[in-house]
Amino acid sequence: MDDLKLTRRDLLIAGALTATAAAVPSVAGAQAQPAGGRVDSPTPPVTSKVALTVNGQSRQLDVDTRTTLLDALREHLHLTGTKKGCDQGQCGACTVIVDGRRINSCLTLAVMHNGAQVTTIEGLGTPDKLHPMQAAFVKHDGYQCGYCTPGQICSAVSVLDEIRKGIPSHVTGDLTQAPLLSAAEIRERMSGNICRCGAYSNILDAIVEVGGGKA
Amino acid sequence: MKVFTYERARTPAEAAAAVMRAEGSRFIAGGTNLLDLMKLEIETPPHLVDVNGLGLDRIEGTSEGGLRIGALVRNTDLAADARVRRDYGVLSRALLAGASQQLRNKATTAGNLLQRTRCPYFYDTNMACNKRAPGSGCAAIGGYTRGHAIVGASDACIATHPSDMAVAMRVLDANVETVKPDGGTRVIPIAEFHRLPGNTPHIEHVLAPGELITAVTLPKPVGGKHFYRKVRDRASYAFALISVAAIVQPDGKGRVALGGVAHKPWRVEAAEAQLPRGGKAVVDQLLAGAKTTEENAFKIPLVQRTLDGVLADAKKG
Repeated sequence: MDDLKLTRRDLLIAGALTATAAAVPSVAGAQAQPAGGRVDSPTPPVTSKVALTVNGQSRQLDVDTRTTLLDALREHLHLTGTKKGCDQGQCGACTVIVDGRRINSCLTLAVMHNGAQVTTIEGLGTPDKLHPMQAAFVKHDGYQCGYCTPGQICSAVSVLDEIRKGIPSHVTGDLTQAPLLSAAEIRERMSGNICRCGAYSNILDAIVEVGGGKA
Repeated sequence: MKVFTYERARTPAEAAAAVMRAEGSRFIAGGTNLLDLMKLEIETPPHLVDVNGLGLDRIEGTSEGGLRIGALVRNTDLAADARVRRDYGVLSRALLAGASQQLRNKATTAGNLLQRTRCPYFYDTNMACNKRAPGSGCAAIGGYTRGHAIVGASDACIATHPSDMAVAMRVLDANVETVKPDGGTRVIPIAEFHRLPGNTPHIEHVLAPGELITAVTLPKPVGGKHFYRKVRDRASYAFALISVAAIVQPDGKGRVALGGVAHKPWRVEAAEAQLPRGGKAVVDQLLAGAKTTEENAFKIPLVQRTLDGVLADAKKG
């Protein structure tokens, strides 16, 4: 029975691979494009190599060009901490930090990030050694169901970094001055992360505490 | 998403030539709009040319005392640039009023100009849309039109341009610099860059196939107080119902452009002479001939009140 220790996820992945293999006999001819560019019949997928540094580890992938960074992280590297919410850049659940900046990993292709440094929630801290922002979210109960939390925390860490670097926001009063670490600034800067449970006030408390500011 | 091939271009000329090799190929920079549309198969390019490596990511002074903004300068970096914050505040404000920080970190100057409408009928592939499928009709006309255009629209399309940045660029008289596949370059005034829908709403700008934006330039600063006031359904991270970009001089003269009312940033220079007389006098000319529906008629008084608010703020200290 030890051989059958498969998770539900493994079964789903295996099933998907089988289906793909049946539908696409070969990817060898993938680089050939049909004349005129567009056809309605199934076109074999095109794959491309990409090298990323994810949470400090270098990873080489050979992915379908259509693979978003989000899917590369979750489905290829099995870093499932980063969540897929809307998959269209509206909810922020997929937020990760790439080359020092937070982005929506659902709205970018893995192949566009050759050589990039990616930090996901798994790279910020571990259950044994939480990042201060993770610890503050726990302390302040900055979540309910938890699905948006990895994205919220990656954004929150970046918000403090952006304020430190003097990047202005929509609510910055005087553009010629450095922005303040205020509740209004943090709320505005967190607007790209939606929390359906409505844990916003506790999320704000957590970020204010880590930032050392006054709410 | 449809299958596509992918390559990284190293020079602007190489990128322009590469995109001409297969019909329907597209440049990709930030990708925040294009990939969204590719997932929905509204955009189905067979080939993507990644232009992120072209080095067009600098902001530098021009010999005329203005700024040249590389096509790939991210919205975050443009909004945060000290020269932009000091001399072109309307641009910084407009950028910061758009999208979320995650998107501004990716979105580029050129891509922002080229983003496509957020008309829900354009996004819904079950609906008729002359912009998405030329000749199929317009489901927005007679549909739910609260967010749609009130000036410059046509019987073929009533979509609005969603950009905040472009409205500021319009009020600043920016110029768009491009390179064509044959290597030729040209400069397009922002006023002539976006097209009204007419009978061809799928043609949204004057770029030729394969023509690549390399930079956007700003003339030397004009001084005055800069405003970008955006009215939307929530306080952050939403598209404009209407927006007002304005530069007001100490004598009350100035410039004004609108977002959220037309297929392109909306500016009527002749109307600006009325600025010292107040919002209504300006709006009577700026939105002359407006065609509204029951659902979007509110945009006219909303523009006027927003402009009055801007003019009142301009008079303070």
